[in-house]
Amino acid sequence: MGLLLIALALPILPLAVWSVSFRWFYPDVVPSVWSLEAWVAVLSPANNLAAATADTVAVASLVTVLATLIGVPAGRALGLNEFPGKRVVELLILAPIVVPGVAVALGIHGLFIRYGIANSRLGVAVVHLVPTVPYLTLLVSGVFANFDTDYELQARSLGASALATQRFVTLPAVGPGVAVGALFTFLISSSQYVLTLLIGGGEVVTLPLLLFSFARSGENAIAGALSLVYIAPGVVALWLSSRHLSGNSAALGGLQKL
Amino acid sequence: MTVRNKLSENALQRLRIWLLLTPAMTVIVMLFVGGLIAGLARSLNYFPLIGLTEPNLDAYRAVLGDETFLRSLAVTSYISFTATAISSVLAVAAALLLRPLVLRQRLFYFMFSLNLTVPHAVGAIGISYLLSQGGLASRLARSAGLTDRPADFPALVADPWAIGIIVEYVWKETPFIGIVVLAILASVGEDYESAARSLGAGRWQTFRYVTMPLVLPGLVPASVIVFAFTFGAFEVPFLLGRTAPTTLPVLAYRSYTDVDLAARPEAMAISMVIAGTSALIISAYLALTRHYSRG
Repeated sequence: MGLLLIALALPILPLAVWSVSFRWFYPDVVPSVWSLEAWVAVLSPANNLAAATADTVAVASLVTVLATLIGVPAGRALGLNEFPGKRVVELLILAPIVVPGVAVALGIHGLFIRYGIANSRLGVAVVHLVPTVPYLTLLVSGVFANFDTDYELQARSLGASALATQRFVTLPAVGPGVAVGALFTFLISSSQYVLTLLIGGGEVVTLPLLLFSFARSGENAIAGALSLVYIAPGVVALWLSSRHLSGNSAALGGLQKL
Repeated sequence: MTVRNKLSENALQRLRIWLLLTPAMTVIVMLFVGGLIAGLARSLNYFPLIGLTEPNLDAYRAVLGDETFLRSLAVTSYISFTATAISSVLAVAAALLLRPLVLRQRLFYFMFSLNLTVPHAVGAIGISYLLSQGGLASRLARSAGLTDRPADFPALVADPWAIGIIVEYVWKETPFIGIVVLAILASVGEDYESAARSLGAGRWQTFRYVTMPLVLPGLVPASVIVFAFTFGAFEVPFLLGRTAPTTLPVLAYRSYTDVDLAARPEAMAISMVIAGTSALIISAYLALTRHYSRG
């Protein structure tokens, strides 16, 4: 039991130690010189990290807004209704979750060059809709499957306007589930590597791209600190979602995509 | 309400459903299906913009006859299969071990699911700092007097057996499958197992004939997802794998970004093989479950 939890934490340990080391040569088991330099570099605003953070947040925010506007209506339609053709729709929504991103990204890159949105933040945000829209649609359809539309009818028959019904009846019921979905959408977008690399063409450098370049060029201290910063939002999201969506497998499926 | 009214109401409801679905369907058809079709066309050397209007199978012939591709296909399948098998076994063991604790305390559940939130990229970097020949494990081996130099420590990263990649997948996917199994165990309770035990079944018999059939409906889809994911994943083999033979996604990316633009149709052909394989795995799985649910 204890062993299991240690095994789960083991790969994070060297990241944490590297993040506070200055000199840590073989065969030292602990660093010979400690330093907070990497943390200062990661958390200070005046370097390429700040630019990468700005790119990441800009892309992920746009993705979250678009995916929510697109995925919530579709999730509502799927969660509340049986209709002819539903199986085909579900299959189309599952397909992008199952087929690996690399396989479609090469084709999409060709299309984006033609439309003139390759190598731009907009293009990267649009390509991030491929993994996020299906995920959010599925999650929201699960939320709506537990929602009883009779509440909306009652509110309307008691004289509430359509808008007031959405605001005071529907939103409080499905809001927490949708919020968690939006949060995970943000996380999925901000952790995309290969889609961003291909469609961004080196012009859009998000945090995962920067992390890879630090790790591959052997800047272990910075890579360690950046890795820990990178884990933090996901842990917070998990904590929040464990209250609202306990055992919701669609939400966990989203985490699997990170 | 007249029949005529009822009919138009139904039609209206149907229209509403499709209106709600349209934006999502547009995104999926234009980007996902469109991307696949564009890739397929390019893999068939069909590219009217530059005057290629006669589709052919040259790229597939070149790829399938290329030893680099065949070795890469073998390595990719080996990694996915091994990682999925080990994760599935460990996940069932961990779920059974954790069951009594998790049901009582949410904190254990939280800790077990914690590394679901760690991106694969971070996991891969952590594994390389842990298991490479200059890494923490190697240093501990030296201070324990087991090795003298980094080279004495077995190569576990960028190694021929892809151990680093498999360890990373097992580390990350065991909790994923484990949580699915735990959820099932929690929902069915322990009544069936107690009944089996009180009727004289041994521990192994109870596990084999009661527990396993109960968890399989969750275990199999979770394992299929892990197999399909690891088959098409890019980040982990990119960071922890050997240059050659590499996995199919890394190979496809490399051919695509090759300075020689003639390699592009071949990159597309490789990516079609990846897409086709994952589609095949999933449809085989769907056909199987439909077969069983019909009984």
